Amino acid sequence: MAAHRCSFSAVLFALWGLSLLTVARGQEATLEGNDRTAVVDNPESVAGAAEQAAGQPAAEDRRWEATAVEEVSPTEAGGGSDSPAPKPAASPPSVPRPKDDFQEELVIRPLHSGDIYTSFQFRTLWETDFTRENKVSHYRLFPKSLGQVISKFSVRELHISFTQGYWRTMQWGQPYLPSPPGAELWVWFQDSLTDVDGTWKELTNVLSGIFCASLNFIDSTNTVQPSASFKPLGIGNVTDHRFLRYATLPREIVCTENLTPWKKLLPCGSKAGLAVLLKSEKLFHSSFHSQAVHIRPVCKDDQCKTTSWELRQTLNVVFDLHNSGQGKNEWSLFKMFSRTLTEACPVASSSKIYIDITDNSQGEQFELSPATPLLSQAVVLGDRRTFSVYDLTQQITFGTMRSLNLLIRGKSSQGDMLRPLLHAERYVAGYGLQTGEIHTLMYNNHPYRSFPVLLLDSVPWYLRLYIHTLTVTSKGKDNKPSYIHYQPSKDRVRPHLLEMLVQLPPNSVTEVTLQFERALLKWTEYTPDPNHGFYVGSSVISSLVPSIVAMDTNNSRERPLFSSFFPSKEESSYFVRVYTEPLLVNLPTPDFSMPYNVICLTCTVVAVGYGSLYNLLTRSFQIEEPSPGLAKRIANIIRKMRGVPPL
Amino acid sequence: MGLLSDPNRRRALISLLTRLNTPICIVCYMAGVAWFMGLAFEPFTLRTYMSENAMGSTMVEERFPAGERALATGREFSAHKKRTGGMPVEWLMKTMQAKGLEVFTQRFSRTLPFPDENKERYMVRGTNVYGILRAPRAPRTEALVLSAPCSPGDNNNQAVGLLLGLAEYFRNQIYWAKDIIFLVNEHDLIGMQAWLEGYHHTNTTGMDWSPLQGRGGSIQAALSLELSSDIITSLDLVLEGLNGQLPNLDLANLFYAFCQKIGVLCTIQGKLQRNDWDSVSGYSHAVQTMMLMVMKQASGRPWGDHGLFLRYHIEAATIKGVNSFRQYKTDATTIGRLLEGMYRKLNNLLERLHQSYFFYLMPSLSHFVSIGYYMPAFGLLAVILLLRALDLWVQLSTPPQRTEDGVTDIEPVRGTHFKTVADLLSLLTPLVISHLTGVALYMLPIRFQEMAVEHFPVSETEAVVLTAIAVYTAGLALPHNTHRLLSGEGTEQGWRVLKLVAVLYLAVLLGCTALINFSLGFILALTLVPVAAFVTPHVPKVLSAFILVILSPACTLLFSVFFFQELQEMPISFQDGWLLFLSVISQGILDHSLYGSLVYPLITLLVYPCWLLFWNILFWN
Repeated sequence: MAAHRCSFSAVLFALWGLSLLTVARGQEATLEGNDRTAVVDNPESVAGAAEQAAGQPAAEDRRWEATAVEEVSPTEAGGGSDSPAPKPAASPPSVPRPKDDFQEELVIRPLHSGDIYTSFQFRTLWETDFTRENKVSHYRLFPKSLGQVISKFSVRELHISFTQGYWRTMQWGQPYLPSPPGAELWVWFQDSLTDVDGTWKELTNVLSGIFCASLNFIDSTNTVQPSASFKPLGIGNVTDHRFLRYATLPREIVCTENLTPWKKLLPCGSKAGLAVLLKSEKLFHSSFHSQAVHIRPVCKDDQCKTTSWELRQTLNVVFDLHNSGQGKNEWSLFKMFSRTLTEACPVASSSKIYIDITDNSQGEQFELSPATPLLSQAVVLGDRRTFSVYDLTQQITFGTMRSLNLLIRGKSSQGDMLRPLLHAERYVAGYGLQTGEIHTLMYNNHPYRSFPVLLLDSVPWYLRLYIHTLTVTSKGKDNKPSYIHYQPSKDRVRPHLLEMLVQLPPNSVTEVTLQFERALLKWTEYTPDPNHGFYVGSSVISSLVPSIVAMDTNNSRERPLFSSFFPSKEESSYFVRVYTEPLLVNLPTPDFSMPYNVICLTCTVVAVGYGSLYNLLTRSFQIEEPSPGLAKRIANIIRKMRGVPPL
Repeated sequence: MGLLSDPNRRRALISLLTRLNTPICIVCYMAGVAWFMGLAFEPFTLRTYMSENAMGSTMVEERFPAGERALATGREFSAHKKRTGGMPVEWLMKTMQAKGLEVFTQRFSRTLPFPDENKERYMVRGTNVYGILRAPRAPRTEALVLSAPCSPGDNNNQAVGLLLGLAEYFRNQIYWAKDIIFLVNEHDLIGMQAWLEGYHHTNTTGMDWSPLQGRGGSIQAALSLELSSDIITSLDLVLEGLNGQLPNLDLANLFYAFCQKIGVLCTIQGKLQRNDWDSVSGYSHAVQTMMLMVMKQASGRPWGDHGLFLRYHIEAATIKGVNSFRQYKTDATTIGRLLEGMYRKLNNLLERLHQSYFFYLMPSLSHFVSIGYYMPAFGLLAVILLLRALDLWVQLSTPPQRTEDGVTDIEPVRGTHFKTVADLLSLLTPLVISHLTGVALYMLPIRFQEMAVEHFPVSETEAVVLTAIAVYTAGLALPHNTHRLLSGEGTEQGWRVLKLVAVLYLAVLLGCTALINFSLGFILALTLVPVAAFVTPHVPKVLSAFILVILSPACTLLFSVFFFQELQEMPISFQDGWLLFLSVISQGILDHSLYGSLVYPLITLLVYPCWLLFWNILFWN
């Protein structure tokens, strides 16, 4: 039955792909003809524009059905249209399979603004238990350094990201994997662990060595234990936040020295597969660079009786249209990475390139070459996206040139802003060096649905928050958070932690304001560049946002009636995490350049001014009798002996 | 300090100071003025040097090529400006967007307390447009600002054109570490005030503005650009900001360094630098430059759009293109390269500009006088007040039998308690009354404008200014007779106490003013210290009254107006000067209510009452 359905779907899929291609080609012709009404030239729609319009929904229908099947087994559906079937990712359980598995993929999304977003993901799965067998000694694909970290520090989940730049939600939409500027580290420890803080300290130092980063600056003054914002992403049912540690270093600069150790964790290094594209001089010639490592336990199979460990290495880069394109919206693998692809990583079970062509179903946004017959659909961030797929495990992908150089030739780019459903910004208000106010703005751009968000703020102790000044307003009215978790800071020991659950009304801006006082630090506590300012890490906004698919109220798109009555056809909401920009706050800073002057002045004032004034004030003045002459003294002695009063 | 603890020597010192008080005061005054004039003499001043390492040693290469295209954009801008009859918001947004910036707008409106006749505006409504160039791989924590005002008429079109040209060029560079905000503000300072208040979400002056949508973190430095012709002969640097605040000297150094490097003529106060410091004309040139800076700083008003940034601890300056028909010509490409160089260096900054001086005077662009050098000039003037106070204190504490024959020594009969109350009253009354007059002078002009317009054939602005002058003059007549009603005849003791209080009051007042705004403090000290020193009830009344009026704050302002015009080599007739004087008063009041300038309240609430106390002493009997 399944096979039958599959072949059926494959046929449908191939049909649809074919029609898509022809339509695209037709479109091209019209564009060349420089006349939009010349659709008549299209061989498929002989009857003219009206029929063309009628034909469109039919194609649409087919696409929807194809999707439904597609989701069951994407590889087979994709492979059906192509002759040699690829090695399936999830082979039947009867076949003895290796205990570890490596997959790599690259997603390319041409962005609305003309920039291009490339996202690498490398996944290593390993069926092992780091915790039970204390000595896991034989490593194949899984990096040994990380395996040892997991077993030594009783790590249950580890997420670390290094980001240079800020994700511009208003121009680029939502990222696949959000991360705050600088370094972010959050770790769930096993609940058997007793000394969590000590282990955390050691872990950060070890990771600092592994990634060549200043993670050793993580200490109790910037570590918090969020109660709700960071739940485990892997399997497991411990959600006691005593075993969670979260810290950010907004100041951390990410560069080649962090990329190299990250690349070394890959089974193929940067020798083969997608990783050959990771050349640092190109990756850092971009608008945004983010690399991350996620380790979590996942189910081994459908029954989920045993767990295996998943290591996900991700790298997200946004290339800028203006900086590297000279204004020409034309991208290729060679131009982006100054490399082309010649092979997949030999140990990878799957190696694919996905190109997001959702907005480009007719080829109106960009041209893709070489063309691929493989298509795939997935619901990403609440939106159904269509991707062209290039399977690197197949030789045919590389063509006769034995190398793959994808070319994306964009046609136009609009500079106008997007309206993402949820986005946020933060700034410091006020002036002067005594007080200030942190404003956090959260935008809900959904036309009619309100949704709750979890706001997490971790503020260093040297900004003394006045929690009584906390206000949450949306649409001019007070918006009372339904949950507040506040942990006050302790000077030089721990930061402020503020977590709130706030309901964002539809189509509104919610403003959270909080006043603070700037502390005067001890003179040894200032950084070497105190006049640069002090960083406050991004606040984290986590939310389940209503899905765009569910939001689609546009009834003009023809759909089966049974599918469109209840609004939530698929997942009705999806998880989004938004990071605000970090803040740079100036603290009152003494003039360090003239300690000598200060010492001199103080000493002078104390010695001369204070000393003499004190002397004048405390001394009692008496008029001194001039001492009498010798003759007079003798006369007085005589008079005294005689008993007569002296002279 | 053994000197003071030994009563004999202390007595000798005090008698010396009291006996030689007047000569010492005169010498101090002369020395103070001479010191100040010496500040402009080149061998006494320091050469400017770059203190900030991040800007000093690094080299940048300027490559901006598109000056002509920028001017063409400027012409396009001016055409659109003419068509819309104001700020072409739509066009600016579209243009900035096309250059790859994130574009935002801000609307603002403001009703002035009374119509501004210089700029012909009363109800101001406008829009600021700004585009943010997001630095690649920077987390939006720091920003630089380049602004150009959208002025009425044909002014500043080239500045906007160059701003857009630079935006396009900057956008294609990868090296930016700080976001760059390109701001075109309408209604010059009012728009800038609205934008800055919006950016920092404060409201100090009661303006209405719509909140900003996009920000770039904390602003590190700002430059404001004013160009009104295609060909520029020299660039003028304006530093004086609100309340006499100055940007860090390194910003001026940076400008000067790039002018030298690129070969652009640069001026400060519109005066070129001269090399003949040893000649009389060279020296007087330096004095003029410095005096212009002193006058501008003392006025406490922002002399360019940059002036409002300084309150927010943002180092800012205005660069004005001047076309004065000199031989030496500079095109827009060169100015673009100069700005590019300055922004690249500012982009290299690791910390805020803080290494160099914040308090300085500049007799030329290459020389400066730091606070340590100019403060003694003020100190010499202020010490006169302290000497007079010492003298009075000694006179008051010595037994009354040493009174001179002209003065009758009464009330030996009255009880000591009654005496202190009467003394206190005779002291407090003038103090309170003169301060109330000051409050009236501060409040009434704006409050009474409607009534004045109803009853007299004057415009609102005239009403405000004339009310101010009327209150000021009325203050002269009012307080000096009142204490007699309360405590009868003024006593010898009484005026001495009052003068002691007034002199110390003035000393503290001038001292504090000079710390914040040296120029204002020094100019006030120049005129008020002689008054404070010489006035007693026993000097010839008419002559002294005349001198006192001549040296009063209002007359100081009048003279300053003429002197300023003279320094700018634009002498004016008395008639024009008077009109200018009136408009300066109205501008001062407007600056206070629009931007929060503190000179007007300082003069009316503190300096004028203090001067009234001396007026009161003159008419004590």
